Amino acid sequence: MRAASGYLRADGRKGIRNRLLVAYLVECAHHVARAIAAPFAERGVELVGFSGCYPNAYAQEVMDAVCTHPNVGGVLLVSLGCEEFDRSRLQRTIAGSGRPVATLVIQREGGTAPTVAAGRAWIEETLPELSRVPRVPVRSADLVIGTKCGGSDGTSVLSANPAIGRASDLLVDAGATVIFEELGELFGCEEHMAARAVRPELARELRAVMAKARRYHATMEHGSFGGGNITGGLTTVEEKSVGAYAKSGTRPIRGLLRPAVRPSAPGLYLMDMVPDGPVRWGYPNINDTTEVVELIACGAHLVLFSTGRGSVVGSAVSPVVKVCANPETYRRMSGDMDVDAGRVLEGRGTLDEVAAEIVAVIERVAAGEPTRSEALGHQEFVLGYKHFEPLGPACLPRPAFGGR
Amino acid sequence: MSAPALLRLAPEDDVALALRPLAPGTPLGPEFAGLALREAIPLGHKVALRPIAAGELVRKCGVPIGRATRPIAPGEHVHVHNLRSVVLVNALDHAEE
Repeated sequence: MRAASGYLRADGRKGIRNRLLVAYLVECAHHVARAIAAPFAERGVELVGFSGCYPNAYAQEVMDAVCTHPNVGGVLLVSLGCEEFDRSRLQRTIAGSGRPVATLVIQREGGTAPTVAAGRAWIEETLPELSRVPRVPVRSADLVIGTKCGGSDGTSVLSANPAIGRASDLLVDAGATVIFEELGELFGCEEHMAARAVRPELARELRAVMAKARRYHATMEHGSFGGGNITGGLTTVEEKSVGAYAKSGTRPIRGLLRPAVRPSAPGLYLMDMVPDGPVRWGYPNINDTTEVVELIACGAHLVLFSTGRGSVVGSAVSPVVKVCANPETYRRMSGDMDVDAGRVLEGRGTLDEVAAEIVAVIERVAAGEPTRSEALGHQEFVLGYKHFEPLGPACLPRPAFGGR
Repeated sequence: MSAPALLRLAPEDDVALALRPLAPGTPLGPEFAGLALREAIPLGHKVALRPIAAGELVRKCGVPIGRATRPIAPGEHVHVHNLRSVVLVNALDHAEE
């Protein structure tokens, strides 16, 4: 990858973007945070946050991870004042990471207008500081790539997902870290996945989380499967799973993550996003964006997003690369798509050519080129309530980052 | 020669996928000799390659993707009206009843 396009952070990780985040810590502070960020949309300022008033360890960990993500250069926290989110802990975490951070408490500042004015003034002051972050070259081995699908249809298994799988193999071979996810779309793939685990104890963990996902979805009486999938030709969740699993490629599975846990060495990982314990707070993930945010919380610099029906979403913090499986969708919505994978269905290319194109797009985006969703201003962010137990010792490989 | 119409992902598959929207009677090429489409098949949707009995597992990509809920004739569209998940019962499945 070209010259010094990356941003070196104090923990040694390299960012491919240098965002300044405005983070609301309860829905009551959302409007004020949005008003603070709005005038700076063209200058890399983005809005993230957590709507809930009651505390949740998972949400706190995801906010910690997002606010200290390598693509983030600084954070302004916006609190109403009486919510239970631990804003002091988040402020300490961010400050400890060497990033500029400030907290505005609306009830202390004197309401909406004074808080908006104070927030905008802080951003004006802080943006020049962000531009002094040391610049460094970024190589494939520095990157964490998330893979995800949304709006799948009958073409996903034929083009975009296997192309992403081949790109995943190329990236892993180049020393990158790749994360796949969505247990609710891996039903029927359990034994195949377990056979790819690098350690027998990890294979047991993979089977256990899939059994958990099956119980969870059975209790909810609904899988990760919807009307749009059916219109697109997918009949059952296990049929959708065959396609979704193709995104993981063929390389060994090195570890199992949960949201906000970072991979400890390069290679391929599965992210478990189904909560532990009894079913609480509803569906594991209410939409595609919740999963994109979880991948970002695991450190993903960039997310490969396969779509057949035609999703338009992007994300705050990390660029989303849209890989379109369906040639009809691509013709209708090309302005939202980064890669035309459906061309393999029309004899205009092979899966290997699309995979090579995906890797080339990643290199350009890592060097600063905006994705389609970035250029269109997409900055989706959703974070809800979940409960997770700590990961077992078999889930992660021994750390290799930072030299052995 | 027109672009290929159908793709069988694995040799043991009971269904093939439409590579473009297909009208009934569309010529399917030598690999699918003897098969005639009984109805229109949208892009990415499945068509039965052999007679499938009610209750039989249906394979795509070499793995079962569900169980037939009624007999399916070769050339028929295979979808929610004649195939049901064995893994999970969906709210949408209930809606079909």
